[in-house]
Amino acid sequence: MSAIEELVIRDLSKTFISSQGALSVLRDIDMQIPQGEFVTVIGPSGCGKSTLLKIIAGLDAQHEGDVTLDGEPVRASGVDKGFIFQEHRLFPWLTVEENIAANLSLKHREVRDKVDKMIHLVHMDGFAKTYPRQLSGGMAQRVAIARAFIRDPKVLLMDEPFGALDAFTRAHMQEVLLDVWLQNQTTVILVTHDIDEAVVLAQRVVVMSAKPGTIRTIVPIDLPYPRKRSSTAFLELRREVLNQLEAHMMEAHAVISAPLNDEGGQ
Amino acid sequence: MHPIHVETAKDIQNVNRRTSVTPMAIAHVGRKRLPFVGSYLPIVVLVIWQAVCSLQLVIPAILPSPLEIAVAFWQLTRSGVLISDLKISLIRVVFGFLLGAGLGLVTGAFAGLYKRFEDVVDPSVQMLRTVPHLAITPLFILWLGLGEWSKDVLIATGAFFPMYMNTFMGIRSVDAKLFEVARVLQFNRVQQFTKLMLPAALPNVLLGLRLAIGVSWLGLVVAEMLGSSSGVGYLILNAQQFSQTDVVFVGLIIFALIGKLSDSFVRLLERRLLRWRDNYIG
Ligand SMILES: Nc1ncnc2c1ncn2[C@@H]1O[C@H](COP(=O)(O)OP(=O)(O)OP(=O)(O)O)[C@@H](O)[C@H]1O
Ligand SMILES: [Mg+2]
Repeated sequence: MSAIEELVIRDLSKTFISSQGALSVLRDIDMQIPQGEFVTVIGPSGCGKSTLLKIIAGLDAQHEGDVTLDGEPVRASGVDKGFIFQEHRLFPWLTVEENIAANLSLKHREVRDKVDKMIHLVHMDGFAKTYPRQLSGGMAQRVAIARAFIRDPKVLLMDEPFGALDAFTRAHMQEVLLDVWLQNQTTVILVTHDIDEAVVLAQRVVVMSAKPGTIRTIVPIDLPYPRKRSSTAFLELRREVLNQLEAHMMEAHAVISAPLNDEGGQ
Repeated sequence: MHPIHVETAKDIQNVNRRTSVTPMAIAHVGRKRLPFVGSYLPIVVLVIWQAVCSLQLVIPAILPSPLEIAVAFWQLTRSGVLISDLKISLIRVVFGFLLGAGLGLVTGAFAGLYKRFEDVVDPSVQMLRTVPHLAITPLFILWLGLGEWSKDVLIATGAFFPMYMNTFMGIRSVDAKLFEVARVLQFNRVQQFTKLMLPAALPNVLLGLRLAIGVSWLGLVVAEMLGSSSGVGYLILNAQQFSQTDVVFVGLIIFALIGKLSDSFVRLLERRLLRWRDNYIG
C-alpha cells in the first residue's frame, strides 16, 4: 500500500478563546487516514466533531498540531475537498440546479448533464428551478449533498449529512454515498449521531469523548459491503460502539457530580 | 357559484384538492386585493377638494380647484414651457444622480471589500455625512457658479451617501458561513464577488438606490430654487412670485408623478432581482 497518499492528523489541539476564557475543545487528536478510507466519527454533542472537520478542511488554521494531506498542510483552497456542513448552507439567491453547479457553468454540456444526473440521484426531480426557501430541511440537505458529490472530490467531509432525512431517504442516500465512495476511491470522513449509520458505512468508527474532545477509541469494522444490519457480526460491532459511548456518558456524569477542581487545565 | 358541502373527511380532501393553490398564493387567500386600491384615497380627496372650491368656500388664489389646475397643466403643456422645464430638470437629476450614486456604489463596495480602504475613507465619509448637504449649496454656487455643474454636484452629493452607506452595509452583511462554502467550493475572486457578495448585498444596494433617488429630487428642487432660470423647481418659485397658485400645484404634481414613477421602477427591479427572498408581505 502506498504510504504517501493519506491524511495525517498529528497532535491536534484546539482552544477557543473568548471573553469567558479559554475553552479547550480538541486535545491531542492523532489519526492517519489512507486515501480511499471511509471513517465515521461519533460522539456526544459539543465534543468538537464539527470543529475537527473544519480544521481538516483547512477552514480553521488556528490550532496546534498538523493536519497534512499527502504531506502538504491542508488549505481550504487546496486539493478538491467536498464539505457538507451541518446546516445546508445553500445560496438563497440560486435555484437548486444553480446551487449544485455553484461556480461551474450550467452552459457547459458536461456540467449540465452531471447536474441533471445528480438531481435525479438525490431524488429532487422537478425541483431544479426551485429556490431554497421553498424546500424542506431534508430537501435542502440533499441539494447540499449533490453540490459536494458533483465535484468528485478526493476527500469528502460530511457533518451529519443525513440528520434531517426520513429513514427511507436516509437509507437511499447512504447507498448513493457508498456508490460514490467505491467508484471514486474518495476518502470519506462522516460525522453522525446515529450508531447504525456509523457502523453500516465505515471501515473504522472513531468514538470521541467530550470536554475536551479526544479520541476515546477507534473501532475497526471489517465487514464486506453491502452490510446487513441484522447479521450477528454487525450487531456485535454496533454493541461495542454503543458500549464505548455509554461508558463515556457514565464517566462524564460522574465527573459532573463530583466536586469541581481546576477546570480546563493548562 | 355552488356552495360546497363538506360532509366527510373524504369530502374535505376533495375540497382541498379542488382549491389547491400554489404556495405563493396561499398567503393571499381570504384577502383579495381590490383593484387600484391605492387610488381610492386620492380620488376621495380630489372630489372633496373640487366640491369645496365649487362652493367657493376658499379664494382661488389660495387654493385653486382641481379643474383649474388641470387647465393650467394643459396650457403649460401646450405652450411647451412645462416640457422644456421638465426636460432640463430630468437631465440635471439623472446626471447628478448617476454621478453621486455611481461614486457611492463604487466607494461603498471598496470600503466593504477592503478593510484598509474602509479605515482610510470611512471616517471622513461619516463626518461629511453629518453635514446637511443642502447647507453646502452656497459653497457650490461660489465655487462653480450658477451653471449646471453646481446643480449636478449638489444632487450628486446627496445621492452619494445613501448609496455608499447601504452598499457598504450590504457587503458587510454577507453571511460568514457562506464565505466558508465559497472557500470550500474554490470560488475565485471574481466568482466570490459575482456569486456571493453582489447577490447578498443587493437588497441593501436597492434600498440605497431608492433613498438616493429621493435625495436627488430634494437636491434638484433646492438647486433650482436657489439659483436657476429654468426647470420645474424654478417654475414653482416663479409662479409663487406671481401668485399663480395653480402653476405651483402643477409643479408639485409633476414632482409627485415622477417621484412615484421612479419609485415604482425600483420596486419592479426589487421584485425582479430579489425573487429568491422570503419576506413578510403584510
Ligand atoms: N466559533 C466558536 N467560538 C467559540 N466556541 C466554539 C466555536 N465553535 C464551537 N465552539 C465550541 O466548541 C465546542 C465544540 O463545538 P462543535 O460544533 O465542534 O461540536 P459538535 O461535536 O459538532 O457538536 P454537535 O454534535 O452538537 O454538532 C462547543 O462547546 C462549542 O461551544
Ligand atoms: Mg457539529
